[in-house]
Amino acid sequence: MTDLYQSQRAMRAMRRAAMQRGVIAILDVGTSKIACLVLRFDGPDAFRPSEGVGPMAGQSAFRVIGAATTRSRGVRFGEVSAMQETERAIRTVVQAAQKAAQLRVDHVIACVAGGDPRSYGLAGQVELEQDHVSEQDVARVLAACDMPPIGEGREVLHAQPVNFALDHRSGLNDPRGQAGQMLACDMHLLTVDGTTLANLIHCVKRCDLELAGLASSAYVSGISSLVEDEQELGAACIDIGGGATGVSIFMKKHMIYADSVRLGGDHVTSDISKGLQVPLARAEWLKTRHGGVVATGMDDREMIELGGESGDWERDRRSASRAELIGIMRPRVEEILEEVRARLDAAGFDALRSQQIVLTGGTSQIPGLDGLAPRILGQQVRIGRPLRVSGLPEKATGAAFASAVGLCLFAANPQDEWWDFEIPMDRYPARSLRRAVKWFKDNW
Amino acid sequence: MRSLTAPRRDPAPSRLSYRLQRLALTPMVRVAVRRGLPLLALLLVLAVLLGDADRRAVLTDRIADLRMQIQQRDEFMVHEIRIDGASDLVAAEIGRALALDLPVSSFDLDLEALYDGVARLDAVSRTDLRVRPGGVLEVRVVQRVPAAIWRGPTGLHLLDADGARVALLPRRADRPELPLLAGEGAERAVPEALRILDAARPIAGRIRGLTRMGERRWDVVLDNGQRILLPRADPVPALERVVALDAARDLLDRDVAAVDMRNPARPTLRLGAATALRLRNIKLTELGVD
Repeated sequence: MTDLYQSQRAMRAMRRAAMQRGVIAILDVGTSKIACLVLRFDGPDAFRPSEGVGPMAGQSAFRVIGAATTRSRGVRFGEVSAMQETERAIRTVVQAAQKAAQLRVDHVIACVAGGDPRSYGLAGQVELEQDHVSEQDVARVLAACDMPPIGEGREVLHAQPVNFALDHRSGLNDPRGQAGQMLACDMHLLTVDGTTLANLIHCVKRCDLELAGLASSAYVSGISSLVEDEQELGAACIDIGGGATGVSIFMKKHMIYADSVRLGGDHVTSDISKGLQVPLARAEWLKTRHGGVVATGMDDREMIELGGESGDWERDRRSASRAELIGIMRPRVEEILEEVRARLDAAGFDALRSQQIVLTGGTSQIPGLDGLAPRILGQQVRIGRPLRVSGLPEKATGAAFASAVGLCLFAANPQDEWWDFEIPMDRYPARSLRRAVKWFKDNW
Repeated sequence: MRSLTAPRRDPAPSRLSYRLQRLALTPMVRVAVRRGLPLLALLLVLAVLLGDADRRAVLTDRIADLRMQIQQRDEFMVHEIRIDGASDLVAAEIGRALALDLPVSSFDLDLEALYDGVARLDAVSRTDLRVRPGGVLEVRVVQRVPAAIWRGPTGLHLLDADGARVALLPRRADRPELPLLAGEGAERAVPEALRILDAARPIAGRIRGLTRMGERRWDVVLDNGQRILLPRADPVPALERVVALDAARDLLDRDVAAVDMRNPARPTLRLGAATALRLRNIKLTELGVD
């Protein structure tokens, strides 16, 4: 616990150092592609509004100066499965991004898509020492949250205080300085599998990069795809990726729940590959070129050359109707959406006032999904694209880059997490040297 | 059957090339390669070339030769000295002071030193040297104008209105129109002497000269040995009083040896010895003393 706390603090310090230097890279290790964006932080003064990019939501603080994507290797369900392969893929993409930026990057912020994230709601309460809330009181109330049994080998990825309550007043964002007697807080804790995290960290370290932050992919997709109102009023972001589908629920600009379904576009591709007896690459091409989820009469007549280079002429000249392709894809997409629905129900999403659902991620681009999704998820469904950020190349603005863009925003202004607050005084060991050092830091 | 085409090359960079590229993108390394290496190579080449003493000597010789060639071009040569505003005597003196053997390159002329040499001459009040296009060294001179003759310990000298020495004068008769000054320290009070002489214009015909007494005041010496002793402060009004007295009563035509104006409140006359004796006898007769 303390270990993770220290390492998260170290990562925050690293991030601050990178911001000082002005250059940071973000790395989205996904199942189907790995994206790397190099950000330069010039401060908001250097911001020049361009088409579709306004000075809002903090994206004006930085500019993307290098972007690269590569096909992912050695990643399954958003988790590293073949470390050497993943390392090579990361090297490829980082080198390409560095070349585009003409700049060496040392600090990288990464996101984790898999690792079976689990959400916990924590609550803590303390009596104030003085008549108003001080930094120390905030630290104490965060420390007063009782730790749930998160299980063996799991690590805390996010621990965000989402709500503070002072006496009978709830919904405070920042209680510091306010008068009261009893301070309570709600904290959202997100844990992932420790080995998944360790593997990813190891891969990044092997590429001579320093990790300056870690985030959940579902969380950062939500940041980039949900508009401000949706984040405020309550909405769910479904990031349907290649190997995993992230679910995150936002309310009052805080993530209150995150989960992931180990299903994604790759499963659709493998279904096509199995169903039509074509190679995976060909199946991927068929899915993106001709895929869909709603069949019409026209689709029965539209014949698709399956192609292939097997050398068997008869085999390579086969064709299938688009309706057949849709018939293969639709059950799998339905399965993904139903799984997501189950997760949302388990999280109590139907109790929220706003039932807005935003679909994003590469697989959300299947034609007809906007017709299919409302039948399973409810009426308020839209297909979302990530926020425009300045300097991002056109090909990286699609829904598939939701988590990459979200990581940029996360890097620019991260949510305050538990480890960003002060350490409660009584937790200092031996209250001697460290305390003296802290006194110097505070007063110097 | 296995694919007949060779498997596609792994697009991933090797660890080595990845690290090398990162090194190449490091700002310090970039600067070192783009600026430092060429500079180093240049320095190395120069060091190797100039390491040989003979080659260095040849190089310096050629540079000196080239320099000489350019300096000796006709466009830079001074062929003539033109002296404006000086009499022939002074011009000859300036020519001697310049001491140039023409033609000379204008790069070799030390105008400052030449200027000092000309300006140091007594007869020159102000001077102005410049090299004109066409190879002419132009010396403009303003000569000092003699205003008085000073009889000093080394002979007669001409002085200008500021008391600066102009030239030596062989004989007093050469410049009869100039007043004569004498006495110790007279050359340092020339302006005052000239003011006094200006005031003494009505009796100018009788003035032999001015004598500085005790380095502090002037005596006007008249032709028949008469003296007018002027005070140290405000000598001009005192002299004007004497001149006025002379105009009214012919003071100076009488047998007066000296008019002492040193105390302005009490002007005193010193009579000639014979006159004084006669006046004394008259007084004694009037008083009835035998």
